[in-house]
Amino acid sequence: MVEQLPFWGGLVLPVVLVSLVAAAAAWDSALASRASGGPASALVAPFHAVAGLLVQQRRRTLAADLLLWRGGALALVGAGVLASLVTPLGRWVVADFSIGIVWFNAMEVVAWAAVWLVGWGANSAYGLIGGYRFVALGLAYELPHMFALITTALGAESLRVGDVVAAQDAVWFVVWMPVAFVVYLLSVLAMAFWGPFGQAVAADLAGGAAAELSGVDRLLFEAGRWLLLVSGAAFAVPLFLGGGSGPLLPDWLWSLLKTLAVLASLVWVRRWVPTVRMERYQEIAWIVLIPLTLLQALVVALVVLAR
Amino acid sequence: MWAQIAFWVCAVGSVVTGVAVFRVDSMARATFALLASFVFAAGTVLLLNLAYLGILVVLMMIMEMVVMVVFMIMYMMNPAGLMPMTMVHNQKGSLAIAGGVFAALVAGIFLIPWPTSGDPRPADPTRALGEALMGSKMLVMMVLGLCLFATMVATVVLATHRGRYDRYGDRLDAKHPDDPVRGGLNR
Repeated sequence: MVEQLPFWGGLVLPVVLVSLVAAAAAWDSALASRASGGPASALVAPFHAVAGLLVQQRRRTLAADLLLWRGGALALVGAGVLASLVTPLGRWVVADFSIGIVWFNAMEVVAWAAVWLVGWGANSAYGLIGGYRFVALGLAYELPHMFALITTALGAESLRVGDVVAAQDAVWFVVWMPVAFVVYLLSVLAMAFWGPFGQAVAADLAGGAAAELSGVDRLLFEAGRWLLLVSGAAFAVPLFLGGGSGPLLPDWLWSLLKTLAVLASLVWVRRWVPTVRMERYQEIAWIVLIPLTLLQALVVALVVLAR
Repeated sequence: MWAQIAFWVCAVGSVVTGVAVFRVDSMARATFALLASFVFAAGTVLLLNLAYLGILVVLMMIMEMVVMVVFMIMYMMNPAGLMPMTMVHNQKGSLAIAGGVFAALVAGIFLIPWPTSGDPRPADPTRALGEALMGSKMLVMMVLGLCLFATMVATVVLATHRGRYDRYGDRLDAKHPDDPVRGGLNR
């Protein structure tokens, strides 16, 4: 069962998330280094990068909208942290909202506004196009993503994350909702504009939405992006992978291990799948993924009605 | 006491950001001031224990405002909103309309005999509200939903400048549609 932590849970959450981000960034850096035959010291490269960005002077562009530009990067970080308020680690959760799944989705959608603001605020053509690419991608992934989330709520007959975990006592949702699981992971990648969905910050736009970012601004933006990826990977565990259930080990450790496994595979996908253009994904999402997720929801609804 | 403070923060915040929509000189700032106003309004919904509706307002409004920025670059007088602009047009007319609507609404607050109830607050206000709205009026809601959907399809059909004859040829016999942008399925 899931129980809510006292107020200090909210203070511990960012520490846990940042540790996961550090682990994922180190793993990503190691994969990159191995692929290019680089040195084994790549594990610490992300930490060097963070230190470098902290001391780098911030560049300003002409007639930038500073409020929206910097607000966008902050909102991205805030969204990544707040989305995880409802994610249980074992049996502990920071906030056990009765509408946890809707809360998670609402916080993720903040990224839509945040990335567009970062791209727009700099008053740079590349940034602007990057921001609009993200909006176009968002229109493609959000509906299948919502249907995937709703399917788990349907299976548990509750929007409370604790109830979704409890409903997986016998069978994990991934077993009878495989389509929703795959679509969920795809949209987590898209939400963090990661790997195949990295068009918003692609090299062909000189960095897209992030083109003009430097110093602390770039650090916040990159951190927010990683936090969204980590939050999405961590939320897959209570939704589809039975939460903290597992033999021998304590439940918090199981939650952590499952989160790390999902995170590691998401990071690995980046090196394995080429970038997909938004207009291509748009058609795939609307013509293949939405009907598939609707069918999945129908199957789950029939099972729920029959039992 | 905290609920009182939260209500006034939300109420004042909603009005102030609502005013800001018409005071700022950039389309993007106006859009996001409007979003802030809606989020504050969602705060008052949350105070009524309508958690689902409150969070849904936040979710939908963010998506709505981001969809609005798509139209912003298409229709606004200042492409991409990168030049100063004003949200105020036809000042005298809009002032008269706004004043009239405000007066009517305030008069409504004081003149309508609002129902009072001694019943305790329901355990799940969202469910109670849903049943009050949809229980006896489900037929109206379904017809309404159908009309909205039909309107959306009709506006898209009327607005698109490329129909199926442009895509599949005059005899609709082309194997692959002739589209300026190819989709991902190689149809």
